[in-house]
Amino acid sequence: MYRELRTHIINLANADTRLDGRKLTEYRKPIEVEYGVVKTAEGSAKVKIGDTEVVVGVKMEIGEPYPDTPDEGSIIVGAELLPLSSPDFELGPPGIQAIELARVVDRGIRESKAIDFKKLCIETGKKSWIMIIDICTLNDAGNLFDASSLAALAALKDAKFPLYENEKIDYKQKTDKKLPLEKLPIAVTVIKIGNKFLIDPDSEEEKAVDSRLTVSSIENGMLCAMQKGGEFPLTFEEINEMLEIGIQKAKELRKCL
Amino acid sequence: MTYKRRIDGRGFNETRPIEAKVGIIKRADGSAMFKIGNTIAYATVYGPRDLHPKFLKDPQKGILRCNYNMMPFSSSGERVRPGGSRRSKEISFVTGKALLPVLNLEEYPNSVVDVFIELLQTEAGSRCAGICAASMALADAGLEMKDLVCAVSVGRVDDKLLVDLDYSEESYADGPVADIPIAIMPNSGKVTLLQMDGEVKKEELTKLLEMGKKACMDIYEIQKKALKEKYQEVEV
Repeated sequence: MYRELRTHIINLANADTRLDGRKLTEYRKPIEVEYGVVKTAEGSAKVKIGDTEVVVGVKMEIGEPYPDTPDEGSIIVGAELLPLSSPDFELGPPGIQAIELARVVDRGIRESKAIDFKKLCIETGKKSWIMIIDICTLNDAGNLFDASSLAALAALKDAKFPLYENEKIDYKQKTDKKLPLEKLPIAVTVIKIGNKFLIDPDSEEEKAVDSRLTVSSIENGMLCAMQKGGEFPLTFEEINEMLEIGIQKAKELRKCL
Repeated sequence: MTYKRRIDGRGFNETRPIEAKVGIIKRADGSAMFKIGNTIAYATVYGPRDLHPKFLKDPQKGILRCNYNMMPFSSSGERVRPGGSRRSKEISFVTGKALLPVLNLEEYPNSVVDVFIELLQTEAGSRCAGICAASMALADAGLEMKDLVCAVSVGRVDDKLLVDLDYSEESYADGPVADIPIAIMPNSGKVTLLQMDGEVKKEELTKLLEMGKKACMDIYEIQKKALKEKYQEVEV
């Protein structure tokens, strides 16, 4: 269906350029992170990468720890591909696209141990904080993965605990207590079209993707989560190359926080 | 105890501070943001576009679909579960009815105009903010319109009549409260949304409608200004 578009993108890539004139491994500009955009949330952030815009809010609740980790809190990540943000999104319960997005963001944060879950425990086996991280898309112009994971991290960075007194949360009163982030996991999605690797695809490029790899890494370059997508297989060499791009580019994105 | 002064210091016929902006979401055919106090509504319009499922198509005219939704983190209390509630369904429904009279859907047979309203942050007055944003987004989408729609809540707290109730007023406990969201077409002065809960005398309601109309005329000016601003930016 998108054969002509794909050929065109490959021809451009062979000349080291893209539909919008960018280099192959160049993010769109500007990349903007705005903190505290939603006052009703305990933490929030809006991220723009080019025309792509996502807002993430963190609500904190208290729940019972899981029986196998009685001294730990937890996180829940949800993503809503709002029909407001694209003509292609429809109303209804989250589809597989939204679920994948939420799970990829979740893994980046969880597996990197960006949050020390033990610090969320209030009473062993009985009570712990649960961070509910909701991703809402505002404008989908491609690469929701990177924008959402950056926004989720920024929202956590912005989060302050509400007042907890007499077994009750008073959401109207935020304390000064912040949620310490131990690591800063950044997701970078590298796509392959033809035999070229690109980052930060726009909506057109996403239609022509052969395969993609989302790579989450922390400050020291340690990988903490991955997700391969797209319909075509990848060789070991290709994966290596994509990982390297992902780790390098994460450093750039991390500076925007 | 009577309600002597508004908690945030406003006059009784004064709205909270308002901000409006048009063209905030590029993928959409039309979009707008409307902020009143701490309530922030985004609205986008897609269409007129092809309608699925097919059996809903009307060969005489297009149809309008509205959806009102609160983002999960938009309430100052607990998280709002995504997926809509009975409340959001009803608001979507009355919002559609509030916007329909200004549109000329005969122009778009077999098509649909979709309006999506998302609340980023709420503190009372969210359906009115949603309607204000949606009407601007419809205009931004370039649809043929007879008028804009302006909405605000009016009401009574104890013995005082007032405009644009905030959360503390809606939940005032020391006396009777009435909350009356209204939407008005500013040029004809006709009412396209009228709901109420609480208790109010008929004479008071007449006064409140007048107060609401005045506030709507101010909102109308803000909406027009925001719409013009977008197109001035393009010219430069």
